[in-house]
Amino acid sequence: MLKTGTERVKRGMAEMQKGGVIMDVINAEQARIAEEAGAVAVMALERVPSDIRAAGGVARMADPTIVEEVLNAVSIPVMAKARIGHIVEARVLEAMGVDYIDESEVLTPADEVFHLLKSDYTVPFVCGARDLGEASRRIGEGASMLRTKGEPGTGNIVEAVRHMRMIQGQIRKVVAMSEDELMTEAKNLGAPFEVLLQIKKAGKLPVVNFAAGGIATPADAALMMQLGADGVFVGSGIFKSENPEKFARAIVEATTHYQDYKLIAELSKGLGTPMKGIEISTLAQGERMQERGW
Amino acid sequence: MLKIGVLALQGAVQEHVKAIEASGAQAVAVKRVEELEDLDGLVMPGGESTAMRRLIDKYQFLEPLKEFATNKPVFGTCAGLILMAKRIQGQDTAHLELIDMTVERNAFGRQVDSFEADLMIHGVGEDFTGVFIRAPFIVEVGPEVEILSKHNDRIVAAKQGHFLCAAFHPELTDDYRLHQFFVKMVQANKEVVA
Repeated sequence: MLKTGTERVKRGMAEMQKGGVIMDVINAEQARIAEEAGAVAVMALERVPSDIRAAGGVARMADPTIVEEVLNAVSIPVMAKARIGHIVEARVLEAMGVDYIDESEVLTPADEVFHLLKSDYTVPFVCGARDLGEASRRIGEGASMLRTKGEPGTGNIVEAVRHMRMIQGQIRKVVAMSEDELMTEAKNLGAPFEVLLQIKKAGKLPVVNFAAGGIATPADAALMMQLGADGVFVGSGIFKSENPEKFARAIVEATTHYQDYKLIAELSKGLGTPMKGIEISTLAQGERMQERGW
Repeated sequence: MLKIGVLALQGAVQEHVKAIEASGAQAVAVKRVEELEDLDGLVMPGGESTAMRRLIDKYQFLEPLKEFATNKPVFGTCAGLILMAKRIQGQDTAHLELIDMTVERNAFGRQVDSFEADLMIHGVGEDFTGVFIRAPFIVEVGPEVEILSKHNDRIVAAKQGHFLCAAFHPELTDDYRLHQFFVKMVQANKEVVA
């Protein structure tokens, strides 16, 4: 008996990405640079988040030509983004053979009430979360991997740090609770009881949790690993920097050796200018991508 | 107690650590060349083989790993199997070149084709759940290589001397029989050397 799309196969795929860096790319050439630099996967996009921010308007699934180009260019896994709740974008990406779908707040949501029922798909999904309630709801819907939302396209790590600390703290709290307190905690967090019970028993999330949204330097990547991330997504940070190739390699190494500070010092030398970055308080409420998702 | 390392440059390290410990040996994550020194055996985990190779080169792990493998047992799963192969289809060069076999990467297709299947593994047992994730398989083996398991006529586990490899992920299940098999190989090797 051969079974595809099982929970173990979908979650397992993310397990294999641990300790690695997933990079946003917009064409085959960038995908090859990312693979060569040691990325564990690439995210195929039409525009990186900082350009989506600059362009404004409605951001949708990438043109399938770009996704196809990237799929053909590299041997590492290829991810792509679908709009929150957009069943058809997700099915199209699945049909194209994409290895992982990001149901992403970086794109303009297609549904303001419901997320995708991700357990229905053969392809695995990654979703963003700011706290344990959101993380548990996504797991309940069938997400096989999580990431912090951070604030995409800002080059500012502060929101990713907030989200990672929040989730780790809430996990510690759940683990320390007695079982008869869990239902009320589930109510308070808006989390499925079963997921909290699993977290309590295992002492950790049942899926891999990466950091994303604002990572701009090797030290940022190492910081997120130290706060408990299983790996990192770098969006605009690499190909918006002065020397993407060097930057990509440095971020990969800093993620592996996140506690080797001498090495990170070496890696950080002469990298050129990182992406410029945005102070979060200057963003209007409507410009904050992390508010998308429910 | 036997001490078995898990190469921890990238990939599913903790799962192997847990499986080794459940099989009665001490497990340590190996990030630096010096950490190979007092090990009795080594596991090369699943992950992305291209990413691992880049880090192996960057930190001058290639020669020390080959040297380690001359007299110590090594067990590779998925990407680890690719690192151990002498030949990789479609590529001019291979990595550690430990096992006389040709492998094909991502040979079952993309992630949507990833699957679970029950396997019979010689010397290990039946009804072993093989978790195949963008898995490679072994296209052909040399005369010294013992085929341990096949799935639909494709070779998915093999052994050559003190080297063991699997195209699937035993570390993602609670079935520790294959890890126990490797721990026995490590034990036997240590006795011979001693």
